[in-house]
Amino acid sequence: MIERRLYRAEGFGLAAKLRAVSWLYVTLLTLLALVGYVALYSAGGGPAPFANRHALRFAAGLVILIATALTDLRLIRRLAWPLYGLGIALLLAVARFGHVGKGAQRWIEIGAFQLQPSELMKIFLVLALAAWFRRASWERVGNPLFLIPPALASAIPVVLILKQPNLGTAVITALVAGSVFFAAGVRWWKFALIALAIGLATPLAYHHLHDYQRARIETFLHPESDPLGTGYNIIQSKIALGSGGLWGKGFLHGTQGHLDFLPEKQTDFIFTVLAEEFGLVGALALLALITTLIAGGFVIALRARDPFGRLVATGITTNYFLYVFVNLAMVMGAIPVGGVPLPLVSHGGSALLTAMFGFGLLLSVEVHRDVAADPEREPF
Amino acid sequence: MRRDTNRTSVFTRRALILGGIEALALGGLAAKLYQVQVADGKRYALLAESNRVSARLLAPPRGRLLDRAGTPVAGNRMNWRAVLVAEETDDVQGTLERFSGLIPLSDHERARIDRELGHSRRFIPIILRDFLEWDEMALIEVNAPDLPGILIDVGTTRLYPFGATLAHVIGYVAPPSEDEAEDEPLLALPGMRIGRAAVEKYHDLALRGRAGLVQVEVNAVGRVIRELAREEGVPGAEITLTIDSGLQQDVVATLGAESASAVVLDAQNGEVLAMATTPSFDPGLFNSGVSQAQWNEWTKNRQTPLINKAVAGLYAPGSTFKMVVAMAGLAARAITANERIFCPGYLDLGDTRFHCWSRYGHGALDLRGGLKNSCDVFFYEVARRTGIDAIAAMANRFGLGVRPAIELPEARAGLVPTRAWREGHGHHWNPGDTVVHGIGQGFLEIAPVQLATMAARIATGRAVEPHLTRSVGGAASPGADPASWPALDVPAPYLHMVREGMWAVVNEPGGTAPLARLDLPGVQLAGKTGSTQVRHVSREMREHGHFNSESLPWEFRPHALFVAFAPYDAPRYALAVVVEHGNAGAQRAAPLARAIMTDVLLRDPANRAAPAPAAPRVTARAEAAPIAPPDGPPPAETR
Repeated sequence: MIERRLYRAEGFGLAAKLRAVSWLYVTLLTLLALVGYVALYSAGGGPAPFANRHALRFAAGLVILIATALTDLRLIRRLAWPLYGLGIALLLAVARFGHVGKGAQRWIEIGAFQLQPSELMKIFLVLALAAWFRRASWERVGNPLFLIPPALASAIPVVLILKQPNLGTAVITALVAGSVFFAAGVRWWKFALIALAIGLATPLAYHHLHDYQRARIETFLHPESDPLGTGYNIIQSKIALGSGGLWGKGFLHGTQGHLDFLPEKQTDFIFTVLAEEFGLVGALALLALITTLIAGGFVIALRARDPFGRLVATGITTNYFLYVFVNLAMVMGAIPVGGVPLPLVSHGGSALLTAMFGFGLLLSVEVHRDVAADPEREPF
Repeated sequence: MRRDTNRTSVFTRRALILGGIEALALGGLAAKLYQVQVADGKRYALLAESNRVSARLLAPPRGRLLDRAGTPVAGNRMNWRAVLVAEETDDVQGTLERFSGLIPLSDHERARIDRELGHSRRFIPIILRDFLEWDEMALIEVNAPDLPGILIDVGTTRLYPFGATLAHVIGYVAPPSEDEAEDEPLLALPGMRIGRAAVEKYHDLALRGRAGLVQVEVNAVGRVIRELAREEGVPGAEITLTIDSGLQQDVVATLGAESASAVVLDAQNGEVLAMATTPSFDPGLFNSGVSQAQWNEWTKNRQTPLINKAVAGLYAPGSTFKMVVAMAGLAARAITANERIFCPGYLDLGDTRFHCWSRYGHGALDLRGGLKNSCDVFFYEVARRTGIDAIAAMANRFGLGVRPAIELPEARAGLVPTRAWREGHGHHWNPGDTVVHGIGQGFLEIAPVQLATMAARIATGRAVEPHLTRSVGGAASPGADPASWPALDVPAPYLHMVREGMWAVVNEPGGTAPLARLDLPGVQLAGKTGSTQVRHVSREMREHGHFNSESLPWEFRPHALFVAFAPYDAPRYALAVVVEHGNAGAQRAAPLARAIMTDVLLRDPANRAAPAPAAPRVTARAEAAPIAPPDGPPPAETR
């Protein structure tokens, strides 16, 4: 059994890799993008201005997805730390030269292409952490000194993202990093300790939050107190969801979306456009599709033989889960609004391509599931 | 190998825990989704509906005003205007530039447009120019390709077919102020006008009508997407006035170039048949905004064209007040019907000598003779015996010093002084004050409409109030029936004596107003002259014969007044004419009264009795102004 797999790894040609790609997963992703197309068609009132561009971007994203999926996982592993360095450099660059939008520096422009380095950073961090923990034994992971370098490696980007300031993404980044730590076997009590520390530090941190961040939390706690101010988005979003009911108002018949009551409906609030027009049934169908993708990510993680691949798959999947969770919880008014898009459904090139890169890594883990990322070591 | 297996199982366990947490979280989202979409769905559906649907008011057409014959005296007219929709042009300033190349826009118009562009949403039309002429419209249409975003729009504007002739009665409309629009959403609609004066102001609410309601679907910025439901508004009520527009035109023409006013009442029920003030103004000008130059011209004009002198012009009534004094004297038993008072040409009271207009005196006169000759001394004496408070009470009974109930917000109460009033101002009431009030001078301030009311009440013995409204929206207003007016609390014989005196003034040889005598068969007019000085005339000037009012500058000449009713034997019409600075009532006002009353009677054949020989004409002496009291009342001025 082992011999056969090793043999496959050595004679793994391009054609074989292409056959090994999970085309089912690609199909599910395409289905998700198609949902995005429908939602953006409605949000834009026709194929222009959002839906067609979304389709084009998804086509470009597919190229990235497949190219990444075919990339040898060992190469990716070797590039993990250099990519991490690149991510940090980009974050520093955005702090220095970045485009200020909505009161925060988040974007840098590379040619005509807008890049949000924090999105890429999360993936690079997953790769770096996975690379760090790939050879760690249970005992080693138990050693606190061994955990200091990856903790630092996680803290640096989180702090840089906080400084942008972008509280939502910083929290997601920390949680993604935490998921890799957790999957790598870091002891439970350490997480409990950190949770306790965060709980105690929260009141203190609140004082250091930016006004808009505090406003978001205040608004979240009492959205109805300020219906035309910061609470407006949440209220209108809930109205859109609620008025959709069980079956929805029908495609292109959503009043909240079409009459522009929904803020940023093509990006952060795209889910509400769908939920208003297709109701709870449509929304749950989308949720089922997303759940399938996440479950697929865990299946890939569990099927991979190499610890690096497993950790990468876990981190990438959790990253995607967090995107979805934060976005949906946000539009339902369950957590403060955070400017987090719904990957592959929301309008936005950078986010889509980044997401496709992430899924590409996931598929690469799947393609290379039988390949040891560490040739010098016996795989398991 | 065992270690590795151990690691694998740790990872598997951890991955499953992580996946489980995520699955739980997603399940939580699904539950929340169910709560929002289904459990609370009804509430949110309602909120979405109230978001989406916006009620808009539709401006109702303003009610028309008709004269008593049903002729429109105020209506609505289409008004073509050029509007700009900013979002339909890429270059707003360029479009405006090209527009003003065709139709020049003044600097203040440009400033207004820029201001509105600044705070209006880009899809709301902004009026560039109102009241387009045909050739201007053609110019815009021909150049339409160069003027993106510019449209020709139709609105309504108020039309006054009689223009200046009825301006003071009807008033005018103008756009509401921002404060007014804030209080009443209907007024915020484009094109809404608010009554600013006279009947337009008094009946403004009825004329406005009720706004229609259109429910439209709007988006978040308020742009109308489509119409959902429509409820038409109720047009403003049509109001029929008591005015006879033909008579009004004649009265205005009769007054001519004088600064004058005349009021014709139906003496039986108080209906205002004509109420003319000259000079006048064009009420239509207020529709589009009055230019500064025009406004200055109006406000600087000494003849006060904007003021309705018939109700807001206050004058000393002069000798027209003598009827009131006579009745007050009779009621107070200060004189009796046949008592004679001797007039030597003056009355001495303490150190002060009050002159009669006739320096030679009238000899012994009874009340009828006193009125006929307008003897000042007779009424000095009656007033002295009667006292000012009894005179004032009688004056109030005839509508003097009381704000008339007429539908004109501009109407003023005027002033009939009492002892208490004077003392309230920190002065003593001198016996001499009472004496001068006996001839309608002093502090008295009376509006022409009050004089006409007085004449009507004398003529009919009913407490008629002047009024302008016959019906509002088809519902008849009360007051058309003479029986609805209570009888005056004045004994009939007193009224009769005064009427007789007024008849003698006009129709008897030696009366002061022969020029007022009618040239109609079988109809006679009874009246009374009045001349009131507006400036203190010193005794010295009078005694040395230097006083000649004709030589005075216009604004210092006395006012000329005349009150009348006709026919004498069956009173139907009452009239008051005031010619500002007309010098003498007998000469300037009486002929106007005669012309107006003749016209009134000719328009009403029912009141023309069988032909009878006209009374012979006798020339009468003109009436001169008496002396003002020593401490000098303020000159009666129209303000």
